[in-house]
Amino acid sequence: MPRARNPGLNRGRASALRPSAKIRAFPVPGQDVTPLLLSSFTATTCLGRGLDATCEALRHGQSGLQPCAFETVQLPTWLGEVGAIDDERLPGHLAHYDCRNNRLARIGLETDGFAGRVHEAIARYGSNRVGIFVGTSTAGILQTELAYRRRDPLSGALPADFDYRRTHNSFSPAEFTRDYFALKGMAMAISTACSSSAKVFAAAARQIALGTIDAAVIGGVDSLCLTTLYGFASLQLTSTQPCRPYDAGRDGISIGEAAAFALLERADEAVAGDILLQGCGESSDAYHMSSPHPEGLGARLAMTAALRSAALDADDIGYINLHGTATPANDAAEGKAVAALFGKRVPCSSTKGATGHTLGAAGAVEAVVCALALQQGWLPGSPGTRQPDPKIPIQYLVDTRPAELRHALSNSFGFGGSNCSLIFGVVR
Amino acid sequence: MNMATTNTTAPLRAWVDSIGFIAPGLPDWPAACAVLRGEQAWLSAPGILPAPGLLPPAERRRASRVVKLALALGLEAATHAEADPATLATVFASSGADGHNCHALCEQLAGGDRQISPTRFHNSVHNAAAGYWGIATHAMQPCQVLCAFDASFGAGLLDGLAQVVSDCVPVLLIAYDSEYPQPLHAKRDTPDCGGVAMLLSPAPTAHSLAAIKLDPTDTAADRLSDAGLEGLRTAIPALRSLPLLKHLACGSAGTVVLDYLPPMQLRIDVQPC
Repeated sequence: MPRARNPGLNRGRASALRPSAKIRAFPVPGQDVTPLLLSSFTATTCLGRGLDATCEALRHGQSGLQPCAFETVQLPTWLGEVGAIDDERLPGHLAHYDCRNNRLARIGLETDGFAGRVHEAIARYGSNRVGIFVGTSTAGILQTELAYRRRDPLSGALPADFDYRRTHNSFSPAEFTRDYFALKGMAMAISTACSSSAKVFAAAARQIALGTIDAAVIGGVDSLCLTTLYGFASLQLTSTQPCRPYDAGRDGISIGEAAAFALLERADEAVAGDILLQGCGESSDAYHMSSPHPEGLGARLAMTAALRSAALDADDIGYINLHGTATPANDAAEGKAVAALFGKRVPCSSTKGATGHTLGAAGAVEAVVCALALQQGWLPGSPGTRQPDPKIPIQYLVDTRPAELRHALSNSFGFGGSNCSLIFGVVR
Repeated sequence: MNMATTNTTAPLRAWVDSIGFIAPGLPDWPAACAVLRGEQAWLSAPGILPAPGLLPPAERRRASRVVKLALALGLEAATHAEADPATLATVFASSGADGHNCHALCEQLAGGDRQISPTRFHNSVHNAAAGYWGIATHAMQPCQVLCAFDASFGAGLLDGLAQVVSDCVPVLLIAYDSEYPQPLHAKRDTPDCGGVAMLLSPAPTAHSLAAIKLDPTDTAADRLSDAGLEGLRTAIPALRSLPLLKHLACGSAGTVVLDYLPPMQLRIDVQPC
């Protein structure tokens, strides 16, 4: 199949810090900003399995958060738990991957006809030309936590049935996905905490732009585990109520879990209504391991880089899906960055009051939320938020409302100061 | 199946400007060069991890072995190329995070008192070393953090080269691995700390060691004739890079195949500067 001369998407970078101009020693593909097509996408969260359930809840301002009743966890917090994950059984040839995280991955792949679309792409391009890029923060570490309760009382050994590589390791959801589709080419997991599955879009876009692959299965899978539940509690970052993003009284996150995937391809044959990835911007805070830069400097660099990558101005953006975790520090810092770039002109919301903070899956989930908003002409509100913080001067949407828009921006920021902003558009 | 492309203009290419290296018995790149060139024999010894002097005191106290490893690798490569780390995009590639921290968390969460320490929690993320690198160097450029189990070096090289070519900027690739204590060690037996850093540039510089280009292949990976070095190559995932590093140490031209994800391997053409 002939390839477009410049089939790619150019990623933006933090311009203030960009090294001085370099001599180009060879032609650089991707200098033209050519969007890529999300030819299929799906999300499974506590709102339900698939796009219809997600739309239904978001359009009606519903939340899937429930008081914590996960495993043996005893914490005064609310969770976005996906129902009936543990009823799943992986097929025999994938049984060694069995753990909550990969069960959730399989549910995600088999929702909305996503796996079928991937099989069609593999038939079109070949099993070595479809890449796998999966974001996760904790993969299947729950399996290790459970195995530590079953150590041999004499030797301390972990049980024989525990498979570190295929459950715990950060690569396990990516390797599971590669084996699920019997693929033979490029695969990698991206694990940058809560920006993981936003950054998969950028990594896959680079490879498609360079022609090393023709399509990519990208996504995020993160599932509930004791490490994150007790960990965020230890940082005093979990709320005792359903989280209230950008609320004046916000006091912490509600942790969720999710699997969300997209199939990314060149956009040569895009038709009206199709969703395009138009820009990616990545940056680092270089500030603190678990606190955002107080002025939102890294966030601002990521959004600026995404706009430049998409060759768009701030005025072109019709909606921003905020990272909006509902911690006092995150929303204040992100709000400063958004206010500096967009003022009060652009409607913004965090959908974490609906889904919970799905950590390494949040970027992919919120990419899907942006895609739905663009396709269907509505802007999601913010379940849980009662009084938007008057100290954050942005146009914060509490209630879902109809709106036609062309471009949406999604923010994802993680521990270690990892920032990624994505811009999506709809073909009119 | 032949996955090698017939296209002779491989899109993934860069100049290697410098190397940072730490492995058991090989404390830095000059030491590794001497052994890779056959000038000295490899002698088994525990990996040596320099103190992370760039970190502020609070973070320095909390720095684990894997953080010390990644920082030392990256700084050695930046120093050899006289590059300011603050200006560099980075790709961190590791087969696992901090194994000792993970063990401590799992042990506590299996017991009666689950009130884990906040520092243990934020050090548990796969991108902890990358986060400390940012704090130490003030680098606000994009920072990628990858994992592909035993194929992590290859994944890092694929994304690092793609960034160099797409964005026309230098990228510092830092690939590193560390050990788990028991009982996880019985399930994942990486023996010690080790890794490699490579500063990849879009154009030749005064420091460039070689030009490299990467193609997929299904050919078996090159092995090292020295049994000690071959043992390191297979024991520490980041050291799957050793056949490439041997060419860089010797200044020799040639083609090497590195292990990636079966059946996909990475064929790398090396042309010294």
